[in-house]
Amino acid sequence: MRFHLSGEQVAIQEAIRGTMAENWSLGHLHKFADNESDLDQPSWDALMALGLAGILLPDSGMGLLDAALTSEVAGETAAAGPLIGQMLAVAAVSRSSNDAAKTHLDALAEGKSIAALAFGDSIYVPCARAADFFLTGNRDGAISLVVAGDGATIQSVRSTDRSRPVSKVSFGGAKSHELFAKGDPMVARLFDAALVLIAADALGGAQKCTDMSVEYAKEREQFGQPIGQFQGLKHQLAQMALDVEPARAQLWYAAYAHDAELEEAPRTAAMAKAHLCDVYVRSARAAVAAHGGIGYTWEYGLNYWFRRAALDRAWLGSPSEHRARAADLAGW
Amino acid sequence: MDLSYGEMAEAYRGEVKAFLSENWRPSTDLRGADLKKYIREFRVKATEQGYLYRAIPKIYGGSEQPVDVIKAQVIREEFARKRAPMEVGGNGMNMTVPTLLEKGTQEQKDLFIRKTVEGEYIWGQGYSEPGSGSDLASVRTKGELSADGSKWIINGQKIWTSQGMQATHMFMLVRTEPDAPKHDGITYLLIDLDQPGITRRPIRQMTGEEGDHTFCEFFFDNAETPVSLQVGERGQGWYVSRTTLKHERASIGSADGLGKQFQKLVELAKETGRISDPVIRDKLAQIEGFVLSHRYTSFRLFSCAAAGEDPGRVQLMMKLLLTETGHEIALLAQELMGEYAFIEPAGAGGRGPRGPRGPEKWMDQIMGSLGNSIAGGTTNIQRNIIGERGLGLPRDVIGGGSK
Repeated sequence: MRFHLSGEQVAIQEAIRGTMAENWSLGHLHKFADNESDLDQPSWDALMALGLAGILLPDSGMGLLDAALTSEVAGETAAAGPLIGQMLAVAAVSRSSNDAAKTHLDALAEGKSIAALAFGDSIYVPCARAADFFLTGNRDGAISLVVAGDGATIQSVRSTDRSRPVSKVSFGGAKSHELFAKGDPMVARLFDAALVLIAADALGGAQKCTDMSVEYAKEREQFGQPIGQFQGLKHQLAQMALDVEPARAQLWYAAYAHDAELEEAPRTAAMAKAHLCDVYVRSARAAVAAHGGIGYTWEYGLNYWFRRAALDRAWLGSPSEHRARAADLAGW
Repeated sequence: MDLSYGEMAEAYRGEVKAFLSENWRPSTDLRGADLKKYIREFRVKATEQGYLYRAIPKIYGGSEQPVDVIKAQVIREEFARKRAPMEVGGNGMNMTVPTLLEKGTQEQKDLFIRKTVEGEYIWGQGYSEPGSGSDLASVRTKGELSADGSKWIINGQKIWTSQGMQATHMFMLVRTEPDAPKHDGITYLLIDLDQPGITRRPIRQMTGEEGDHTFCEFFFDNAETPVSLQVGERGQGWYVSRTTLKHERASIGSADGLGKQFQKLVELAKETGRISDPVIRDKLAQIEGFVLSHRYTSFRLFSCAAAGEDPGRVQLMMKLLLTETGHEIALLAQELMGEYAFIEPAGAGGRGPRGPRGPEKWMDQIMGSLGNSIAGGTTNIQRNIIGERGLGLPRDVIGGGSK
């Protein structure tokens, strides 16, 4: 029986954190947020050098849990770039029998070609302008790898999430490789994996919001004492921790259920996406409140996570939509 | 991640199953004293096999097994499946015995452990007082040495003692050094409750619950206990009591209980015809998000315990998560009950024979969930613990006197 992280899994998360600490400071984030680009090449290259794009290759010895732990750190650090799309594109292409698509697998798995996630009917796609490929499809349809370029229209918009800017995208006549046909069980499986990875990003972000608030409450003094000593704030911070930390195990279970191909996996993915994204939005609001004025400034940076929470929440369906699915799946 | 218990555990499960099918076969017409005797004999056999009283030394009637949380889990699962009785429960096993094993004198261990294990002695907790709830270290029940120094003479009042009407003994916190700082003036005493200086009275609760099984208050009027029944040093009782509270907290967060309660909530929604209402479905799934977090965190804690690793701050959160989720369940249940809420359920809070009860029975949970967030460290105290011990926030001024 093992239901906590292995030493190796913890070490991989630490390695990603270390890489991000070197390449993705708040200063980088501020600069990136203002320069209207979809990708920060140095930090992306550094992450890709760790081999993260290949985590979901069939022979990697890893699984969705390991991908989720990666996504968690991306959420915690507000990483730029389409990490979730990249990992899922590699998972999809490597398991597909489409040989034409497979010619792109090596470049995708090394992170040299970039893939953005464009599941569902939304016209908005994060990191679209940096993408060489789009992983597209619907839960009740097919999944394809669409080639960026002719026929793919990408229109910039002012994006709420500054670490993963979205664009309006349409794929009228773009070149496309069908990876899994309608009815293939891999279609739903990849959708569920996407939900778990977004939930993991939310977990990392919510933890970051909590950590920032706790640290600030220890340093900031009012009325001659650290504000974290006041019971009113202390209890709010305890509530944030109570919201985030137990939810971590729920995310682990959803990833585990997916890797173990349990029958309940689709439902656990829906529940995790709904619960963690609610947690993230609550945590981000509570963090601004806990900080007071400084948290409301652009300069302090908390808003990057607040904004990221808004994207995670709405991406591939809101918490209520997934709860409605979960209710159906439970046979209620 | 791997949720199987492994081959060795499964082999062990086979042994437990075989033992149970051989030894737990109570005939359906066993009643009263005969049933009690059958259970007592079964417990003796199960203890000989190392299934029960695993933490208790053999000389006191335990089976003295090395710590193995997986085996213990297998035993719990198989006993539950067969509805076979586990250990005698209550404060005695949860609090008195662990405290005596760690801090008791040889005489105290010899006097009390075996009889507690066998269920002969039932212990009441003498901690809370009318003036000392969350601020437990402020207890005022007074202990003074008799002139010859052989006995403690006790005067004062204790409250919220569960199983108080059945209790034969009490472990209690008594102020013996009125001039010492508040945490250093308390002594931990054991006392025989069968004596003229002690009066007990059941407390009628908001549920209407009253009578022999409920909480009691105790009045001490020159009650006596020998000095030899003092546990730990004089004036160090606060620190002796800390071990026992830890034991109580570890036993409260049963994940399965919450999951079962949630399933019953879903059944209630079906029973009252509300399950197809999208608002209700959403609310149910919202609550289930917390139920699942609690459930899988209990897996995490169990896994860490099996590996001998510290799970960190999350272990401080289980009680609060449990009781907060209980409140959400209560609020939704109250919505789902509709007009059944007009009716006080038969045997509300355990009074009288229950018989079959309809949705009105949820009033028990609706009120009981409040009791849970008061007992064993109130919700605001839990938030302090998470904030201070879990997040490292500076201690409250008020709590500053405590070590």
